[in-house]
Amino acid sequence: MSAPTLLIRDLRLGFRGYSGLVEVLHGISLHVAKGERVALVGESGSGKSVTARIVLGLLQNLKSARISGRVEFEGRDLSRLSGRERHALRGTRMSMIFQDPTSSLNPVYTIATQFHEVLKRAEPRLDLAGARRRAAVALADVAITEPERVLDSYSFQLSGGMNQRVMIAMALANEPSLLIADEPGTALDVTVQAQTLGLMRDLVARHGTSVLFISHNLGVVREFADRVYVIYKGRIAEQGPTAALFEDPRHPYTRALLSAVPRITGGGIPEIEDASESYFAPLVVHEGYGEPEGVRP
Amino acid sequence: MPPVVRLLAKRLGTSLVVLIGVSMLIFAIARVIPGDPARIALGPNATAAQVAALRERLNLDQPIVVQYGQFVADLVRGDLGVSLYTNRPVTTDIVQFLPATLELVLVAGVMMVVFGLPLGILSARYRNSWIDNLVRLVTLLGVSAPAFVWAVILMLAFAYFLPLFPIAGRITDTMTIPTVTGFLMVDTLIAGDPRAFANAAWHIVLPAFALALSGIGQAARLTRSNMVETYDRPYIEMAQSYGFPERRIATRYAFRPSMIPSLTIIGLDFAAMLGNAFLVEAVFAWPGLSRYGVAVILRKDLNAIVGTVLIISAMFLIVNVIVDLLIAFINPRIRYSQRAS
Ligand SMILES: Nc1ncnc2c1ncn2[C@@H]1O[C@H](COP(=O)(O)OP(=O)(O)O)[C@@H](O)[C@H]1O
Ligand SMILES: [Mg+2]
Repeated sequence: MSAPTLLIRDLRLGFRGYSGLVEVLHGISLHVAKGERVALVGESGSGKSVTARIVLGLLQNLKSARISGRVEFEGRDLSRLSGRERHALRGTRMSMIFQDPTSSLNPVYTIATQFHEVLKRAEPRLDLAGARRRAAVALADVAITEPERVLDSYSFQLSGGMNQRVMIAMALANEPSLLIADEPGTALDVTVQAQTLGLMRDLVARHGTSVLFISHNLGVVREFADRVYVIYKGRIAEQGPTAALFEDPRHPYTRALLSAVPRITGGGIPEIEDASESYFAPLVVHEGYGEPEGVRP
Repeated sequence: MPPVVRLLAKRLGTSLVVLIGVSMLIFAIARVIPGDPARIALGPNATAAQVAALRERLNLDQPIVVQYGQFVADLVRGDLGVSLYTNRPVTTDIVQFLPATLELVLVAGVMMVVFGLPLGILSARYRNSWIDNLVRLVTLLGVSAPAFVWAVILMLAFAYFLPLFPIAGRITDTMTIPTVTGFLMVDTLIAGDPRAFANAAWHIVLPAFALALSGIGQAARLTRSNMVETYDRPYIEMAQSYGFPERRIATRYAFRPSMIPSLTIIGLDFAAMLGNAFLVEAVFAWPGLSRYGVAVILRKDLNAIVGTVLIISAMFLIVNVIVDLLIAFINPRIRYSQRAS
């Protein structure tokens, strides 16, 4: 069996601050196999985005961050790569989609310019005309009917849904093997969010892209993911296949999370009133869905 | 009509209104300063009849509204009247003295942009590092003293104690350059005399730097603080996540949005140099508009005062229009909001 696209083993993270070291991740392990869509679910502040930033190799540049544990991308240990080598992976082998597409696009450059910059990551010599041709194709893939008009626009001239399509097209333009979606489109209206997620799902399926899907919206996770990790305050609480986890939640925190879901919309932000000691109960792994063995030293 | 042309027309229109206001104001103010211009011009030995004759020739015996009407009528013909101090048309005087001031201010403005913005970018890119701290310290020093104080300090340090630069003037006296534009650094090139050009450039370094220092500091600090804010924006996280080169993020993707709020203030700083130049010129014996301006005010030379103030105001307004156009250029939101409604 070939190496999983992403493998995280016992990842710990703390931030040095005025009041000493604040631990944020307490040793999390997860993996994303080739072509798999894996969700990381948890409430706000549980450590989802910092995990994404470590995978992208961005947090490693922050002096106050103390990171230990193992992150392997396509079998390569990120901690053994230089800053330059980690940089080379960003935007080429892995890419990212954000919460609010409109504010994630630069307001003073056209979509074409930004697309050009993204495409140059994989093909440094690409000129603007060539970039426009390739961008137009990528935009057509996300069902944008007037790619030329969109390319000449600024983000503030486009709707949120349109910007989200642009982001999806950019994220997949260089055929990355891993796509990290950090609460994608949470800022959008619900129907638009559903539409763009559908688009994203079709595209990653077609390209065989692995996805780490970060969310606090259980309804969306149920739609989108093959497997789920539930994270609570920097620890994985429960992991398993999506259907099993939703039908048979075993960890106290997962149960609380699921019962807090607004029934009508089937999504939204679960608000769990008071934390219970039981939420720190040990990790629950659904049968046959543990972490792969045999990590090379 | 293209949006930028519409914007330009609008700004030029408001500038004209401001200029008319300024002309009325200075016209009135110049006339309420105590002292009789005719008496001052003719000196204590002139007879009352001679003074009265000059007052009549200058229209000073007319009501002020009539005087202003006459002034505007002359102005539209490009006539600012005759200076009692130099006995020449005021326009001739301005053409002679303004280029030296403009050259000084332009070089200082270029210094402000060329040093201030990169320092700000550097500071923001390496924020909270020793580079940032150093830049912040040095720029704080720059903004903490007015231009004429810097002029004196720089002159003492680098022209007197350490004679690296000339102490005064625009060019070494023995060099004669035919006047074409009045800008020595241009005229020397037109004359095809690189030695004279180097000499003129060497003369302008200290006064221009003294004039620019606080602007450099201000531009750097403003750029830094706006960029640090911009670095927290999602579109910069996006750029970093996609591995855009850090240098390009600093000089383009974080810099340009940050310039939108700073540019207005940098433009005002630049325009303020027109005023500060007067004192710097005095320190470095720079033969610009300041010596003329001070002389004509002391002599209550009405035409020359009004002419000088008007031309400085016009320069100020032109700078503002240019800044507005630059802002429109870097901020697409403004460009696109100028559409016909
Ligand atoms: N640069 C940082 N310095 C200090 N603390 C941080 C930093 N980034 C994130 N944190 C903290 O780490 C925790 C997890 O943050 P994050 O991963 O953004 O949560 P979320 O699960 O909502 O994405 C939060 O408590 C946050 O305050
Ligand atoms: Mg987050």
